[in-house]
Amino acid sequence: MARLTINGTVHDVNVAPDTPLLWAIREWVGLTGTKYGCGVAQCGACTVHVDGEATRSCQTPVSAVEGKKITTIEGLAANGTLHKVQQAWIDNDVPQCGYCQSGMIMAVAALLKDKPKPSDADINDAITNICRCGTFQQVREAIHAAAAKA
Amino acid sequence: MNHIPQLNRRSFLIATAAAGGGLAIGLDLPFGGPAAVRAADGSPEVTAWVVIKPDDAVVIRIARSEMGQGTATGLAQMLAEELECDWSKVSIEFPTPGESLKRGKPWGRMFTAGSRGIRESNEMVRKGGAIARTMLIQAAATTWSVPAGECTAANSVITHKPSGRTVSFGKVAEAAGKLEAPKDAALKDPKDWKIIGKPVKRLDTAPKVVGGLTYSIDVKQPGMLLAAVRACPVFGGKVKSFDAAKVSGMPGVKKVVPVGENAVAVVAEHWWEAKKAVDALPIQWDVDPEKAKVSSASIAAFMKTGLDATEAFVGNQNGDAKAAIAGAAKKVEAVYGYPYQNHATMEPMNATVRFTPEKCEAWASTQDADVALAALAEASGLPIEKCEFYKLPLGGGFGRRTTHDWLHQAVAIAKQMPGTPVKLIWSREEDMTQGRYHPATQCKLVGAFDAGNNLTALHMRLAGQSILAYVRPQALENGKDPFAFQGLNAAGPEGQFGYTVPNLLIDHAMRNTHVPPHFWRGVNNNHNAIYLECFIDELAKAAGQDPLEFRRKLMANHPKHLAVLNAVAEHAGWGKPAPQGVFRGLAQHMGYGSYVAACAEVSVSDKGVLKIHRIVAATDCGYAVNPAQIERQVAGSFVYGLSAALYGECTVKDGAIVETNFDSYNVLRIDEMPKVEVLVRPSGGFWGGVGEPTIFVAAPAVLNAIAAATGKRIRTLPLKNHKLRDA
Repeated sequence: MARLTINGTVHDVNVAPDTPLLWAIREWVGLTGTKYGCGVAQCGACTVHVDGEATRSCQTPVSAVEGKKITTIEGLAANGTLHKVQQAWIDNDVPQCGYCQSGMIMAVAALLKDKPKPSDADINDAITNICRCGTFQQVREAIHAAAAKA
Repeated sequence: MNHIPQLNRRSFLIATAAAGGGLAIGLDLPFGGPAAVRAADGSPEVTAWVVIKPDDAVVIRIARSEMGQGTATGLAQMLAEELECDWSKVSIEFPTPGESLKRGKPWGRMFTAGSRGIRESNEMVRKGGAIARTMLIQAAATTWSVPAGECTAANSVITHKPSGRTVSFGKVAEAAGKLEAPKDAALKDPKDWKIIGKPVKRLDTAPKVVGGLTYSIDVKQPGMLLAAVRACPVFGGKVKSFDAAKVSGMPGVKKVVPVGENAVAVVAEHWWEAKKAVDALPIQWDVDPEKAKVSSASIAAFMKTGLDATEAFVGNQNGDAKAAIAGAAKKVEAVYGYPYQNHATMEPMNATVRFTPEKCEAWASTQDADVALAALAEASGLPIEKCEFYKLPLGGGFGRRTTHDWLHQAVAIAKQMPGTPVKLIWSREEDMTQGRYHPATQCKLVGAFDAGNNLTALHMRLAGQSILAYVRPQALENGKDPFAFQGLNAAGPEGQFGYTVPNLLIDHAMRNTHVPPHFWRGVNNNHNAIYLECFIDELAKAAGQDPLEFRRKLMANHPKHLAVLNAVAEHAGWGKPAPQGVFRGLAQHMGYGSYVAACAEVSVSDKGVLKIHRIVAATDCGYAVNPAQIERQVAGSFVYGLSAALYGECTVKDGAIVETNFDSYNVLRIDEMPKVEVLVRPSGGFWGGVGEPTIFVAAPAVLNAIAAATGKRIRTLPLKNHKLRDA
């Protein structure tokens, strides 16, 4: 049993303590916007925020995040208004298949919180998510566009 | 007007909501008066392609699969162009293959591969729009008691010119849907296009940025259980035995079941529980000892026997290359190789299936819904009429989702739990080791020059695995795999060789292994373009000529190939100094109906560290339906193509694939992404593909630039296995 606070709601989930947060979110809580891609913290499709920090949930056991504030892609928009990264993704027509984009957007939102005007080098260091469709050119443009709006 | 719609005097169609599909299903009823076919919400269909709601909202049916390539938006643009509707009111939906079958396949083929979405269905889709427009106009004209020829449609409004009366599509859609569709309708002249050719935004973005798009892996069904599977790691091997008792008491585990002859699955309440159990499950495999000895080295040695073999299938020849080479003043020879690749779609293979003796339903994503439905019938043993496949958005396809081995598995599991929906998800490890791989090949190239350094002959001997021999053996032509020569053919949309060489021989010695090959974005063009375009640079160097000038001399008879090459050379500044330490490389190729070229700019540090600074890429796809989406496909193609060139390699040890995840099968990330400048250069008059062609030139342009930078020619991939500087 673990008590998880996800997008402001407390969920008591009946899981083994070593269960990855990813699967607790997807299958016990039922929020499927956070994606499984690799299970070994390589691809970043499972990225969520834990106390505001970008975290790869596939390698994070639920026991490590009890009592912490977890935000998933479903909780990124506040009061019905898209986060500026989400809006920039729409404005720049970023997603192709879209499967990696939940994790990409969560990683970028965390980056902009730390560095509101990231340089290309900052982006290269912070954004290590895999996108097989290859949206990186649009991702970079959209990050700068979102930063410019701040 | 040639085709005035008539009132439908045939048996009429009535709609009923499709279970889970949200679409209309037409049922032939023996009695009653005319009625429009209705979508699930009661809105009338004008034709099978178009539903128009009373508020003028337009729903366009898309038969092809959308996997990120943007085909759904492009196809909708083409239909909307002819329909003359308000683009801001357009949305899309995807019919199921079962509905298609019941209605006589009104949307044509659902198959989505080979960059075919737009290039093969453009006429059908545009006519779908034109016919619906004709019917809407006729319905308005009938209401007004005026000749249809006096009415026009634009922006979802029909106008009767003499009287100035207007009516919106939504007001006449009901009446239009009751008319008999004309058999044909004239299409617009391309010069009059208003929506085709515009860089409109994709229609499917909004749910993707909020985690709201339901992919196959996200499907939920009441009472659903989850399954994880392990198949024999040595291809062709079988399950000898497994010890279910060892894991049946683990948390959440419901059942351990055999899956076909070669796999075992654990079904549990949650996938994580199923995966933990299947990982812990003791399985004994029955493996052919010969296959268990196969390694990358043994495969390479086997393929090498093809390089000089007497027997080979001829794909393209003119003159007498062998004689010309034997008598040449100068010869150049090189051997190249290309490894196995995994598609590595971001969403691993998965499917949810519910089986009962009366019905078999699947919720999954596929690139070929018609074949998926047939696979469902075959695997379930039920007639196809009792099966339905609900097509969900694809988290990547790249060719992998044209085959349905994973669907067969999901049905095999569900059949052992009748009535319970079971979602099978492959782990990334299963996805990597049970792939259908880009074939491994080798190539020996020999070029001959006369005393004036003119190229007199070229022999290109391919040796390696045939995709068709494994996937579609009935498509072999007297044993020959015509697909092996993609981009090297004398003529045709599947890839015309772009050079004129007086004596030419391109042949293929087939060398098939037990590793299952498959279509992988770009397919055989990928290695063919590397072999040819890198060797052309080698020939230019041997002749002491500039690579661009050397190509130009051989390309005079291929103006479309040459035009894109010239475009990238000019835009990149070929012949002008590059920035300090930066070197350029060129490549061109033709395939899937389109002409592509690239110029890469790279630097290689003293320590051999490669940096790809800039790519200029040109595409001539005939007609450019959506330049913004073409730009995205071209830029993305460099990520896919360069991931393979830099890192991609599935190696074989003891008969099984070694690489199990992205830590050992690395791919390009944003930090290595070069700036890609895209030149969309449609020359008109034909419809070429876009999703794949640019991949052909990604690797050879970069390899040629590396050779220019270092003087060292890399002839096998991936680059991670090479030191770029000898120091």
